[in-house]
Amino acid sequence: MATDTHETVVSACLDSHGGAIGMPQLCGEWIPHQIFWLLVALAATFFVMSRIALPRIAAVLAERSGTITNDLAAAEELKNKAAEAEAAYDKALVDARAQAQQIVAEAKAEIQAELDVELAKADAQIAEKAAESEKAIAEIRDGAVKSVTDVAKATTKELVAAMGGTADAKTITAAVTARMKG
Amino acid sequence: MKLRKKRVTQVATETEAASEGGLVFHPLDQFIPTSLFGDGAVHWYTPSNLTLWLAILVLAVVGVFVLGSRGRGIVPSRIQSVGELMYGFVYKMIEDVTGKDAVKYFPYIMTLFVFVLFANYLALLPMSYSPTSMIAITAVLGFGVFIAITVLGFVKHGTAFLGLFWMKDAPGFLRPIIAIIEVISYFVRPVSLSIRLAGNITAGHVVIKVFAGFAALTLASPAAILGIVAIYGLEILVAGIQAYVFTILTCVYLKDALHPAH
Repeated sequence: MATDTHETVVSACLDSHGGAIGMPQLCGEWIPHQIFWLLVALAATFFVMSRIALPRIAAVLAERSGTITNDLAAAEELKNKAAEAEAAYDKALVDARAQAQQIVAEAKAEIQAELDVELAKADAQIAEKAAESEKAIAEIRDGAVKSVTDVAKATTKELVAAMGGTADAKTITAAVTARMKG
Repeated sequence: MKLRKKRVTQVATETEAASEGGLVFHPLDQFIPTSLFGDGAVHWYTPSNLTLWLAILVLAVVGVFVLGSRGRGIVPSRIQSVGELMYGFVYKMIEDVTGKDAVKYFPYIMTLFVFVLFANYLALLPMSYSPTSMIAITAVLGFGVFIAITVLGFVKHGTAFLGLFWMKDAPGFLRPIIAIIEVISYFVRPVSLSIRLAGNITAGHVVIKVFAGFAALTLASPAAILGIVAIYGLEILVAGIQAYVFTILTCVYLKDALHPAH
């Protein structure tokens, strides 16, 4: 142990147990050591930062802001395009409506025309049939009146004969015609 | 060295434990540089635990800023967005504090910020080594900033840079006095920069070690462990804040060099 203790005293700033005498920071023996390695480390850090890290980060940041600006511009453009598309869609919709209305109107007119023609035809047919019917009715009525007159004349003649009188055809006809008028 | 040192500390623990009743404090031993290979003295070129942790720092920087942004994603990956966050943070700080014409010094300031930030946070890992607790290291950073800014001021403005110390708005008889105060405060800047950083980091680590020493006492250990947790949380804040303060003060000083007129 004693020899070990003796050997470990490698610095004027260490006691025989290897502990510090005073503040190791203030030990002049180690100051060149600290400064030398500090300068090496600082140089390495500066090299890494100025040559590699900082230009790279600067490039990334610039690229990012550029990308954001571009994306915003692209978004604006797309928005305009969307607005245009919407306008075109609205216009197409309005056109389609107008066209549909036109088609409906045309179809209506066509149907109306056909309907008119058919109606006219039907009216004509109805009128024809009605005329025919009227004629037939008139004939039937005439026939009926004549029959009634004949029956009346015959009945009158018979009645007159039954009452013991005689009547000539002329007087009976006149009398029946006079009564029929009423 | 390590093995032997352990044995030696054991001896020390035993002897001191005997004399001090169980409490052993070596809060400053964590700052001793030890040689990685062999057990000799630590010369200026010796690879030590400082070298190891600075190498880990550089690897971490490479991991976050180079490997993390390897994908160059328009939509960043998690690590890439961390790198971009720091980039944007420092870039905006320079623009706001120093001005748009200072953006060309961005790589230097970003390197400083990243170095201090990563050193502070890596130092919070258990068993790690804290480069920013070394006054020599923070002094190199602070005086480096100071000298660079002073040289830049004279190169940009010549002797007009001295107008920084001459208050034209002040009454005539006060101007020399203010100039003296201004000169003193100007030369104190690198000292305050470096001592603030090293002091904060050293103090935090020492306090944690002291609490850890108390944890050896059975009765005090719950409070000690709670204390470690609390101080550790505080140190997480301090690590970020000190990196931020170092960087923003550098930006303020740089502004003086670029626009010396008050």
